[in-house]
Amino acid sequence: MADFIQQIVVGLGSGAIYASLALALVLIYRFTGIVNFAQGELAMFSAYIAWTFLDAGVPFWIALPITLAISFVGGMLIERIVIRPVEGAPELTIVIVTVGLFIFVNAAAGWIWSFLIKDFPNPFPDGALRAGGVSVGYSTLGVLAVVGVVMGLLYLLFRHTKIGLGMRAVATNPESARLVGIRVGWVLALGWGLAATVGAVSGIMVAPLLFLEPNMMGGVLIYAFAAATLGGMDSPVGAVVGGLIVGVAETLAGAYVDVIGSDLKVGVPLAIILVVLLLRPQGLFGKAAVERA
Amino acid sequence: MSEAIETREKSTAPASGPRPARSWLRFLEPRGHWVWIALAIALILPFQLVPFRVFQLTMVLVYAVALLGLNLLVGHGGQISLGHGAFFAVGAYTAAIMMDRWDTPYPWTLPVAAAVTFVLGLALGVPAARLHGLYLALVTLAIAIFLVPLLKRFEDVTGGSMGLTLSKPQPPSWTGLAEDQWLYFLALAVAVAAFALVAGLLRSRVGRALHALRDNEIAAEVMGVRLAFYKTLAFAWSALLAGAAGCVYTWVIGFVSPDSFTVNLSITLLAGIVVGGLGSQAGPVLGGLFVMFVPSFAQDINQGAPGVIFGLLIIVVMYVAPTGLAGLAGRAVRSFDRTLRKE
Amino acid sequence: MGVSAIRWAAVTTAVLLAATACGRGDEASKGALPEECKGQQTTGITDTSIKIGGIYPLSGPASAYGDIPKGIKAYFDYINAEKNGIDGRKVEFIVRDDGYQPPKAVEEARRLVEQEQVFALFQTLGTPSTAATWDYTNQRKVPQVFVATGASQWGTDKNHPWTIGWQPNYISEARVYAQFLKTEKPDAKVAVLYQNDDFGKDLLGGFKKAIAGSQIKVVAEESYEVSDPTVEPQMRNLARSDADVFLNVTTPKFGSQALAADVKNTDWNPLHILNNVAASITVLKPVGLKNVQGVVSATYYKDPNDPQWADDPEMKLYREKMAKYAPGADPNVPYHAFGWAAASSFHKAMEAAKCPTREGLRDSVRNLNDVEVPMLLPGVRLQTGPDDGFPIESMQMMRFKGERWELFGEVIDTRKVFGPVTAD
Repeated sequence: MADFIQQIVVGLGSGAIYASLALALVLIYRFTGIVNFAQGELAMFSAYIAWTFLDAGVPFWIALPITLAISFVGGMLIERIVIRPVEGAPELTIVIVTVGLFIFVNAAAGWIWSFLIKDFPNPFPDGALRAGGVSVGYSTLGVLAVVGVVMGLLYLLFRHTKIGLGMRAVATNPESARLVGIRVGWVLALGWGLAATVGAVSGIMVAPLLFLEPNMMGGVLIYAFAAATLGGMDSPVGAVVGGLIVGVAETLAGAYVDVIGSDLKVGVPLAIILVVLLLRPQGLFGKAAVERA
Repeated sequence: MSEAIETREKSTAPASGPRPARSWLRFLEPRGHWVWIALAIALILPFQLVPFRVFQLTMVLVYAVALLGLNLLVGHGGQISLGHGAFFAVGAYTAAIMMDRWDTPYPWTLPVAAAVTFVLGLALGVPAARLHGLYLALVTLAIAIFLVPLLKRFEDVTGGSMGLTLSKPQPPSWTGLAEDQWLYFLALAVAVAAFALVAGLLRSRVGRALHALRDNEIAAEVMGVRLAFYKTLAFAWSALLAGAAGCVYTWVIGFVSPDSFTVNLSITLLAGIVVGGLGSQAGPVLGGLFVMFVPSFAQDINQGAPGVIFGLLIIVVMYVAPTGLAGLAGRAVRSFDRTLRKE
Repeated sequence: MGVSAIRWAAVTTAVLLAATACGRGDEASKGALPEECKGQQTTGITDTSIKIGGIYPLSGPASAYGDIPKGIKAYFDYINAEKNGIDGRKVEFIVRDDGYQPPKAVEEARRLVEQEQVFALFQTLGTPSTAATWDYTNQRKVPQVFVATGASQWGTDKNHPWTIGWQPNYISEARVYAQFLKTEKPDAKVAVLYQNDDFGKDLLGGFKKAIAGSQIKVVAEESYEVSDPTVEPQMRNLARSDADVFLNVTTPKFGSQALAADVKNTDWNPLHILNNVAASITVLKPVGLKNVQGVVSATYYKDPNDPQWADDPEMKLYREKMAKYAPGADPNVPYHAFGWAAASSFHKAMEAAKCPTREGLRDSVRNLNDVEVPMLLPGVRLQTGPDDGFPIESMQMMRFKGERWELFGEVIDTRKVFGPVTAD
């Protein structure tokens, strides 16, 4: 039994990582109505920026806000420079552009920082909390806590601010939003900036656990997508719950289902995505979209 | 603007072209003569180039066939696939396993690989047809990632991570061709057949339905186009072409392993068709050239350069030339044609 | 169709004809070959030059290995500038990138052989890339020497005499660990984490065979994919086994992850054996050196970080020449030392060749007799023969202590202890 609970704890640890990136995916979807395939790579890039400061001797708690600020500005700039020219183009075009951004950012990180793994300090203490034969690492708890805080902030942003309302209008129907006086371009840029910031938080938390190198987020991305899909693309609560479920499901499947085993557990997010999309496309916590021409 | 040119084309075409063309040759139109020129060059090239270049061109043709499939889906169907490398892999493995296990003569592997990927495409096309653009991209990406460990799991059949090594098709002695030339002509034959197939498809009900769906899904559905049916069909044909390309790949490279078909391949293919030109006839060929040659040039700059250039080009192409290289080439060709006619 | 089309076709054809007509011809200059070497291939080699090519994943998922050719280049630049090359032949070393993709490796191999007209392929990195190209090199009779992969097939296969490995094959490495355990922990219960590919399976398989008949048992094994984000779940499963030895068969990033997971789990404290591929200091450092004390591994070449070699003449030379010829590269990265050692082995093999021909090199690398390479550990020598296609099969165990690896015990010659590695 303790063993089973321990497996769940490990799953929650993985799930927290997936959830942290899924939050950024949800955020950008809420703001702009697109799925950003480059989100993981942007998070990785932010982690490298943080690493550069840390390597230069800047203390962690100073490097963190600087990195978040740079990521925010960087995200807005990407929207202005890369996405703006294809604004209003079909979904397909934007997806392709984000895929291009994915390839570009990944290779650029390798170009700048080489492909050797970097030494990234863990903001959370080593060691683990233990109770009844089950141990939970402090870094797992730390990541979960941060994910919870970010989720709460996003919830407040979406529900209780004017920006939240505006961005909802923009994502649903940019044309009408423009007509009622919302500055659509500004809202979109803000969305990219915020998503990059949330991604940066994810990258910085994840780097000491997964070890920083340009392909760090490549493996996480598909799980984060599964998390966001399961929870509902537009729900921060859903992203976190989805992430945790995906993490636990994957771990348990790998540990207890022999047919799947460790090698095929990457099939779990695939199965989750497929099942959710076919049975309940809006996800657990999402709102069903009403089609209109 | 372009419409004006099109009409001019049509009015001058009967004078110079062999009209009415027999139906199976109709894929050669509109600017039919350029297709003939391309074909003539393609037939002469292997006798003029050193074997290494012939090999490279063979690979260009392989990629072109796969891109043709992707073009059908993305360019004409408006659906996005980040997992076409998976169909490519299934085609390649089907051929490899047949040749390795049952010593099947290589020509038989092509129809089987095509059939297998077609059926697989149908099976996946059913759920895919219900998915919106973004989600389809997600699902196909997940499939491409999942395929690699799956291939390793069935080690007895697939050779596991060590892969399978096969002997390449040898030219029949009556041809007097070298191995590279023979492989080239095999690839060329498949490519021509694939182009004809796609051209035929696009002229049929399927093509018209696809275009209608791409341009306005809801309107098309209201008009009575059976959305799911045609989407599924497009997915299946597209998979078939990728599978056929994979089969020829096995002939040419003589080696398959899971590492040959990672998600990178799928992304490279998407990059290829975007840069080559979505929705255009020449796009797959230009995309194949791009996929084949750009990384070799770029790597001399820096380790990271191939990716940086790939990524940048995709983005830039989407801005300035959504029809890709083919669109640019098309413009050049048209002005060329005009100056030629003025003479 | 029409007249214009035909005209264009004709023009294009003429241009192509003209373009391909020039730039051909056999330029391999023939020096005075000794009598017994007459009729052998001298492509890419003259009395003053030798051209060789290597294929590495400079881009893509395995690009960390892209540092190896930097060490090789530094070595050849050094001997070209200061030692008048190999026997008076200046070495031109061409590096190509395959992104760890087999079809790309085939293309690059053909480019090197057919376009660049290299004398030999010196290193192709990775089992898939080597497996995709070795049929080609052997049909072409081009030496493909010292490939940078430890798969055992390069040494056991009889149909590919032109291809040979260099580093200890994974089976030999597994034997070293088995031998170590037999003396240290004769009733060890071993848990294994391995990469789900040829590398992981070869090592695991070799280990199982090497412990056959002893009291040592593999009680748990878990695999991971290179596309997995983390190996923590696998580590948790292994911990359930209560094994007292953990064999860590991973590549660098996953090596770090597995080490970190082992550190984190204070309930499970097995003897940690880290395989050589991941035993570089760049893997250990991110985990925290204080956390990896007592981890053991095996090696065969000198670690630039080991102060034991601070006054070693070869290490001094290496540092000096790296600073001079590869100023941007950090000499402490073991990949550079690996490249240096491999290049210097090539130097020795070329010198030992009876004929300065492709056949000469092929025979030379298959007839290395106790050749000393200064960058290898003392006691590790290159040795091949008609029935032995593995240049290096000896390794020495090392234990991490303080800030570096410390060698201990004798050099274990797996040939002597276990006999030759065979195909099955």
